[in-house]
Amino acid sequence: MSMSQRMKTPGFIGLLVATVIFFLFTRSLAGTFGFIVIFGIPYFAMSELPPYATIQEKVGKYAFLSLCTLIFIFLILPILVIIPLSFNAEPYFTFTEGMMALDPNAYSVRWYADIVRFGMTAPDAVEGWWSDMWNNATWVRAMRNSFFYALLSTLLATGFGTLAALGLSRPEMPFRSAITSLLISPMIVPLVITATGMFFFYSQKNTFPFFPDGLVNRDIGIILAHATLGVPFVIITVTATLTGFDRSLIRASQGLGASGWTTFVKVIMPLIIPGMISGALFAFITSLDEVVAVIFLADVDQRTIPRQMFSGLREQISPTILAVATILVLMSIALLTAVELLRRRSERLRGLSPG
Amino acid sequence: MTDATLSAPPQVTSTTPLIAADGVPLKQKLARTTRRMKMRALFLTLPLVLFLIVSFVLPIGQMLYRSVHNPTGSNVMPNFAVQIENWDGQGLPSDDIIETFVKDMAAARKNREVGKTIGNLATRVNYEIPGSRSLFTKTARRADKITEGPYMAALIEIDKKWDNPNLWLTLQRVTKDFTISFYLAATDRKFDEAGSIVRADELYRIYLPILWKTIWLSALITALCFIIAYPVSYLLSTLPLRTSNLLMILVLLPFWTSLLVRTSAWIAMLQTEGIINNVFVYLGFIDDNQRIQMIYNMTGTVIAMVHILLPFMILPLFSVMKTIPPSYMRAARSMGASGTYSFRKVYFPQTVPGIAAGTLLVFILAIGYYITPALVGGNDGLLISNLIADHIKKTLNWSLGAALGTILLVVVLIFYWLYNKLVGVDNLKFG
Repeated sequence: MSMSQRMKTPGFIGLLVATVIFFLFTRSLAGTFGFIVIFGIPYFAMSELPPYATIQEKVGKYAFLSLCTLIFIFLILPILVIIPLSFNAEPYFTFTEGMMALDPNAYSVRWYADIVRFGMTAPDAVEGWWSDMWNNATWVRAMRNSFFYALLSTLLATGFGTLAALGLSRPEMPFRSAITSLLISPMIVPLVITATGMFFFYSQKNTFPFFPDGLVNRDIGIILAHATLGVPFVIITVTATLTGFDRSLIRASQGLGASGWTTFVKVIMPLIIPGMISGALFAFITSLDEVVAVIFLADVDQRTIPRQMFSGLREQISPTILAVATILVLMSIALLTAVELLRRRSERLRGLSPG
Repeated sequence: MTDATLSAPPQVTSTTPLIAADGVPLKQKLARTTRRMKMRALFLTLPLVLFLIVSFVLPIGQMLYRSVHNPTGSNVMPNFAVQIENWDGQGLPSDDIIETFVKDMAAARKNREVGKTIGNLATRVNYEIPGSRSLFTKTARRADKITEGPYMAALIEIDKKWDNPNLWLTLQRVTKDFTISFYLAATDRKFDEAGSIVRADELYRIYLPILWKTIWLSALITALCFIIAYPVSYLLSTLPLRTSNLLMILVLLPFWTSLLVRTSAWIAMLQTEGIINNVFVYLGFIDDNQRIQMIYNMTGTVIAMVHILLPFMILPLFSVMKTIPPSYMRAARSMGASGTYSFRKVYFPQTVPGIAAGTLLVFILAIGYYITPALVGGNDGLLISNLIADHIKKTLNWSLGAALGTILLVVVLIFYWLYNKLVGVDNLKFG
């Protein structure tokens, strides 16, 4: 049924009448818009039901689609809502009347400016502004820490994790399920417990080579903790890539005289690299998003972005947090796109689906 | 087999083993190769296993150890700890033991080393006998003035409480390095005056109620996630690939978005001046002066956590539902089953593996949640993790924190074991 055909059906007319009645009843444009979203989207999403479908089935399907629309709104609305809120001119976490009336004066980018200015010794100085920002601005320093920890811990987790996944996916691997359970457990054990244990263990003096004072309040402690937490994600994604891996390719390569290393670099590596990269992205975002270990193991100098947001939400709620959150949402959209593209590439490489 | 008998010399029968070219029996050679390949596979996982042992297993072991091991007593009063160990517990200890006690007290008062001061001991005893802190600090101040016996009388001179045999029984317990008293405290129990285990006073029973609350809140969150996720996963699994991929973004974007971002979003949504309340006032559901308190309480924790954990339910459900052929339902319908009947008897049973995977995963993750309850939970939305963190970071009662952590760990591991049995860890997937 084409769009114009669909608009002439009794269902569409019913929807129109219902919308008008709803508007007359509530007298609110926003409410009517919501009504159209919740009941209109399902209407256009109703795929062809077989001609023998009873009226109950039609109503049931309609109600089902409305419910699903509501759930999708529940999933995505909180994330989308912070984007306009971050442009609030007032220091509130809520839409002002000016914002609702689309008054341009009610919007501003002051909270974005605040990200780089907060904590600077002289935010209005011309001389040395850049170095002041780089070294003193609270959020900039948190960002530098975050990326530093995320990069190093991702390297560790991906390196160790890929090797282990290669071992785990070999058919002759002994104790496979026991070892897999161990390697996945950092994701399962509550973060507070992991962080408590690490806090006790890393704060021991004269135990660790090169670090007589222990690893707490040092970069190395956080990097180790984040690498540990990232490992399960690398294992899961890389083993997923390796399932359905055609092992005869390895034998073919060996049969043609390639050494183990050549086989790995020329045959295995190209096939698992999409899985490796998405595992690395998972580990990266895990580290970037991790707060509990940072709360337990870090000093003020090691504050990361989520740690800064955590204390911001507890102490002085300011829309700067929403501005940072918006940037983080944009970053997760970019990462999500990357992972999705990688997944498709991997499926194409393995010949699983054309998608 | 036929090949082997054809090429082998005629004297080889089925009882003599087949021999490889270098004279080793084939079976043995195969076993050796298999073993070598097993070792090689194991060797690949070895670096990570070692890494995790250092960075994860040993720290957790350390926590378990700390929950039963608290050497404060013997650290502060080493000599007294040795002497009181052999005391029979009848009446008051002999004056020899008291003499060491007074001397250790005087020595400890001069000690400034962390973990070996009178303050440490006073805190430790205070866990067992609330309100006894000042007794120790006061006595320690005057301990070096007591130079000759009878020492007991001198102590009683300082404070009458020293006359109580139960205090000395407690001290005997405290100076032992290994103790279960933190597990007793974590389960709202204590040693009574006579040293037997009793339940704590009604007012002080806080940990078990919180543990139960954590478990039933996690169950509630899991149930809500399931109710919300089931229809959506069904829709996603029945739509054409292109549309479902598009809609999947709506599920995956929250999954990829920072936890803190989502929590702050829910603060913006739920607070009394927040978006949901504004919409309700705007639509006339509620009056402006009776806005609903939806955050900084249990409601806030539940709503935010359902949102945060929902993808962990949708993804496993979806991946199972995708594999169910739609023709099964059509077959059931064509044989005369009603819609609900065919759903109940044909469709639903096939989704059970996905349900098991999703519910167990969500429950396991919910039970140890810390960040969201800490930010939107207020007072009555706090979970056991928040108490653990408080004991580690604020009250510094590390042993109690460790004991609570161990209890939580055991609960989680039971469910993890169940997950492994029912679903299998190798079936965990994202996206």
